[in-house]
Amino acid sequence: MNTEISGVIFTYLLTLALAIPLGRYIARVFKGEKTWLDFMAPFERFIFRFSGIDTKKEMNWKQHLFALLTINSVWLIYAFVCLMAQGHLPLNPDANPGQSPDTAFNTAISFLVNCNLQHYSGESGATYFTQHFVFMFLHFVSAAAGIAALVVVFRALKDKVTDKLGNFWDYFVKTITRILLPISFVIAVIFAFNGMTTSYAGKDTFISMQGDTVHVSRGPVAALVAIKHLGTNGGGWFGANSAHPIENPNYLTNTTELVAQCLIPIALVFALGFYLNKKKFSYVIFGVMTIGMLMFLIPTINAELNGNPAIARMGISQPNGAMEGKEVRFGPANSAYWSIMTTIISTGSVNSMHDSAMPVSGTMMLLGMMVNCFYGGCGVGILNFYIFIIIAVFISGLMVGRTPEFFGRKIEAREMKIASLIALLHPFIILVGAAISSYVIVHMPGADWAVKPSTWLNNPGNHGFAEMLYEYTSSAANNGSGFEGLGDGNIFWNVTTGFVMILGRFLPIIGPLAIAGLLANKKYIPESAGTLKSDTSTFGVMIFAVIMIIAALSFFPALALGPIAEHFSLK
Amino acid sequence: MKTYLLPSLKLTLILIVITAGIYPLAIAGVGKLTPGHGDGETVSYKGRVVGYALEGQKFTKDEYFWGRPSAVDYNAAGSGGSNKGPSNPDYLKDVEKRIQDFLKHNPGVTRAQIPAELVTASGSGLDPDLSPAGAQVQVARIAKIRGLQIAEITQLVNEHTEKPMWGVFGPAKVNVLKLNVALDELKK
Repeated sequence: MNTEISGVIFTYLLTLALAIPLGRYIARVFKGEKTWLDFMAPFERFIFRFSGIDTKKEMNWKQHLFALLTINSVWLIYAFVCLMAQGHLPLNPDANPGQSPDTAFNTAISFLVNCNLQHYSGESGATYFTQHFVFMFLHFVSAAAGIAALVVVFRALKDKVTDKLGNFWDYFVKTITRILLPISFVIAVIFAFNGMTTSYAGKDTFISMQGDTVHVSRGPVAALVAIKHLGTNGGGWFGANSAHPIENPNYLTNTTELVAQCLIPIALVFALGFYLNKKKFSYVIFGVMTIGMLMFLIPTINAELNGNPAIARMGISQPNGAMEGKEVRFGPANSAYWSIMTTIISTGSVNSMHDSAMPVSGTMMLLGMMVNCFYGGCGVGILNFYIFIIIAVFISGLMVGRTPEFFGRKIEAREMKIASLIALLHPFIILVGAAISSYVIVHMPGADWAVKPSTWLNNPGNHGFAEMLYEYTSSAANNGSGFEGLGDGNIFWNVTTGFVMILGRFLPIIGPLAIAGLLANKKYIPESAGTLKSDTSTFGVMIFAVIMIIAALSFFPALALGPIAEHFSLK
Repeated sequence: MKTYLLPSLKLTLILIVITAGIYPLAIAGVGKLTPGHGDGETVSYKGRVVGYALEGQKFTKDEYFWGRPSAVDYNAAGSGGSNKGPSNPDYLKDVEKRIQDFLKHNPGVTRAQIPAELVTASGSGLDPDLSPAGAQVQVARIAKIRGLQIAEITQLVNEHTEKPMWGVFGPAKVNVLKLNVALDELKK
């Protein structure tokens, strides 16, 4: 077998082999059972005592939300202030200036919501202080907040008739001390020994072989890159993200980064089964997600390995596939695998430039973010999937004339309204955003912004439209990757994507939490012959159909105008 | 409000210290034990640092192996790809120009022998590597200009070809900087 394909298969299997035991471990952590990291307990008690938190106080779903939203507001203000002031703060060896208010607004939201859209370049737009004390800090806490919200839903599914759903701070802190911090440490050590820089030294200068003077950006990169992937954040140290040779030096670090970003989202699917003692249910979810992933992955790998037909016509050989925007040390097959994983999982880090990928690949990446729940981001992937489960239960109930029930609770009008709103919000903010930006390009080409609308697009025609569509899709899905040719460093993109990111983060957390909380309060109906079984493959097919109809089809017209049209023009 | 705001503030403070202070300092400590001491591994020639092992640099002279085209002109204080879409007509013209330039400097080479990576820009703009074919196709030019045997340089490229990870995963590659240093060391 070709070594590029075997590398991809190996990476996926390694992820699974690690994710299953990790899922069991995560379930034990949140059930409060014994784990081998129990020596962290005194450390956690110190954190709680310092913060004045009593973890014994159980919260209902509204109190959970209050806690989550309050601490997120604190982080938002903190991040915004630091980014504006970074020029005057310590740890700035390259003397980079503070960010403009609109860039700081966008960047603060972007890292707060686990999106990591970057409208600046790390080499010149951030300092070592903001990279660590803002970005890396938010990498940890935004991932932990998503997982904590998911644990609340786990808890609501588990107990019969209750409004006591555990303590938010407890879930949140334990996610950091028991899961994110220890694993990040191991990953960062692997990175350090593979050449990723770790010291706080600033830029270096040398004279090259040909006699050019070269300045080299570096910094304490390894620690950040570990949690950047483990927490499905994706915001890189350098502008080129994980295509940069210091941020991703070789095939081993590349494999590690790939495994790290898929690890927790897949582990959480298994954790659900272990936590609720319904393993079959988590196999059904895993099956649906994996089939969805393969549906996007196989055409992408195929398209990239076949190369660019326009370049083939020039008589150039593409033995390995399309190379524009890709790195030799990873190769097209692995870059294709990465680009699908990073879009379905909401990481948004890249090891190749998505803007230069084949149109088929671009379509699949967009679909990955449009669906946004095949594995999905840390915690939020399953929360998104949960919405589709509720809708699937309701529709199948109607189809067979049974009361729609899920885990012994009736799903009624109120839950369905919330679920539908959340499901429709995603296409709404993406398509409206793309429509507004298209309008601005046509009707206000000379607007006096940092980048004029007439020069926003790096590519003409359908591909240019795809750049704008991608930007809003990535923002709404809290993904953070981009068709980076887009001139997004100006007030229009900073402000509009800022709001899209906030809506795309918090409503899909509030919705499922509310549904789970409401359901947990309802009368428990024991299973009977009339109950719809949620752990069967029939139900899996049902969820899959709902996802395809709602998420994929609502975007079809926009996709047809963008990458699909480009595909046919290239043939 | 007080029930949530005060714990939020204090928890934020202590987590900043742990995740952004203690954790990266511990990693920086571990980094001191690595080959590059955490500063990045450098490559030297005649006792002078001529580059970073991981980062590509610009080679345009005919007597050196050329690396890949770079959208940022190998500026290691910045990075990035061209972000050109595959159907962009201006981009395709650029590729055609690179092909003709390559053919002019490498007489005897046909279009079908040029691997795509030599005429397409990398993702980072700092790609340090070529595929083995990308290096071999330049051997004849370098042998002629340096007055060396083709076999000798082919041998050098083979020596510098790094196999896929553990022999089975991922592509094979050649680090252009290390190869060029070895080339200069040949005629000492």
